[in-house]
Amino acid sequence: MKKKILDKQELGKIIEEISENLFSYFNGKFEEICVIGIKNRGDIIAKRIIEKLEKKGKFKILFGAIDITLYRDDLSSIGPKPLVGTTEIDFQIDGKTVLLVDDVLFTGRTIRAAIDEIIDFGRPKRIFLLVLIDRGGRELPICPDFVGKRIDCEEGENVAVCIDEIDGEEGVYILNNRKDL
Amino acid sequence: MRHLLGIEEITLEDMNQIIETAKSMKFVLERKIKKVPTLRGVTVANLFFEPSTRTLNSFLIAERRLSADTVNISKSFSSVEKGETLLDTVKNIEAMKVDIVVIRHSVPYSPHYLSERINASVINAGDGSHEHPTQALLDVLSMIEKFGDLRGLNVSIIGDILHSRVARSLILSLKKMGVKITLCGPSTLLPEYFQNYGVDITYNLKEGIVDKDIVYVLRIQKERQDGCFIPSLNEYIKYYSVTKDILKKYAKKDVVIMHPGPVNRGVELAPDVADGPWSLILQQVTNGVAVRMAIIYLLSGIPRSEE
Repeated sequence: MKKKILDKQELGKIIEEISENLFSYFNGKFEEICVIGIKNRGDIIAKRIIEKLEKKGKFKILFGAIDITLYRDDLSSIGPKPLVGTTEIDFQIDGKTVLLVDDVLFTGRTIRAAIDEIIDFGRPKRIFLLVLIDRGGRELPICPDFVGKRIDCEEGENVAVCIDEIDGEEGVYILNNRKDL
Repeated sequence: MRHLLGIEEITLEDMNQIIETAKSMKFVLERKIKKVPTLRGVTVANLFFEPSTRTLNSFLIAERRLSADTVNISKSFSSVEKGETLLDTVKNIEAMKVDIVVIRHSVPYSPHYLSERINASVINAGDGSHEHPTQALLDVLSMIEKFGDLRGLNVSIIGDILHSRVARSLILSLKKMGVKITLCGPSTLLPEYFQNYGVDITYNLKEGIVDKDIVYVLRIQKERQDGCFIPSLNEYIKYYSVTKDILKKYAKKDVVIMHPGPVNRGVELAPDVADGPWSLILQQVTNGVAVRMAIIYLLSGIPRSEE
């Protein structure tokens, strides 16, 4: 069973709002900020946010994409092995402020992995976390700095963010099972 | 995939999965911190019963890049010289809770023999003159990086085909990928039955070079030449050494030269060819680490119950 909770327009509005918030939070100064999205959807959302921010001022924001597969904490218990993607951070991360972007925040384990991986690239000044949807259910002490929308979910339910580039449609769903998508 | 025993045992799909994973692993090798925490807690035993520096070190680097723990056992350090059998040696190592065993042994099919008798995953790092699957996979990755799709490519393999596990694994790999293969070497080192692989055979170096996209030169294995297969090294050099002159005369302008290393300079390959712009030899070495990382990653931690 799947239930649509946000449609394309609502999703677009959330990304618009969160970009506004970022712009005022950082006072329009993005020179020392880089945006790193977690694959496979966080990176695309990160790009959209960068696009919106760059329209508001004369600056270029550094963009990176991160694949956390090699940093997962459950690799020894799962098989067959998940596909390993590539991490693309083509700039010096030392001293930068990183804005880490993902679609859904759940247990926090993905974020832990992403932070560990970023630190293997250098020592950022600070890492902020931005998520489109916070669905609760944390298993690690991780707290987002910017949230698009909070959703109350039952245990066993899944939240799926769909975006054109990957899913061929836009919207947010609650699923009883991942396979329902 | 639970073991990597040979190219013969794996499918084209397995090969593609290894190659794709290896491409991602290459990005890790280009970072400042070239280590990922992926295989913390996994232990790999490297059992090298035949001398090797290149392959052993390549495996070691791959294992350590993935944060696995490693233990190395060579013939002189094992109890083989005290009369222990291979199975006993490995059983003892397994009793130390090893997850993956990488084995090089002079006896063909010894990795297969072990894989049926121990719980750890087994990776064949060369079994006599039978197979050397990780070498073939790193060669295929190097070719794909250079040419993209391999279908329809013309590749020749030149030298001591008879004794070469590299050649055997490479032939099997390239056949799966749809490559046209020509084998070239003296008739004593290139028995006619190799035609059964569905390849062309020639005893003339010129034919092994004309129109080829890739010329893969094998090392003359001096340690395996006791049977008087070639009259003398000088005679081999005269007829089969790949030199700049021969390439200029017969080869395609953009021909690629590959070699599994270590190169006997001035024997099978002239130094200026080995170091020339057409050579992929050092890329092959880099890709060796990436491919071995991919294989170890894919084999590690598969629950036994899924068998």
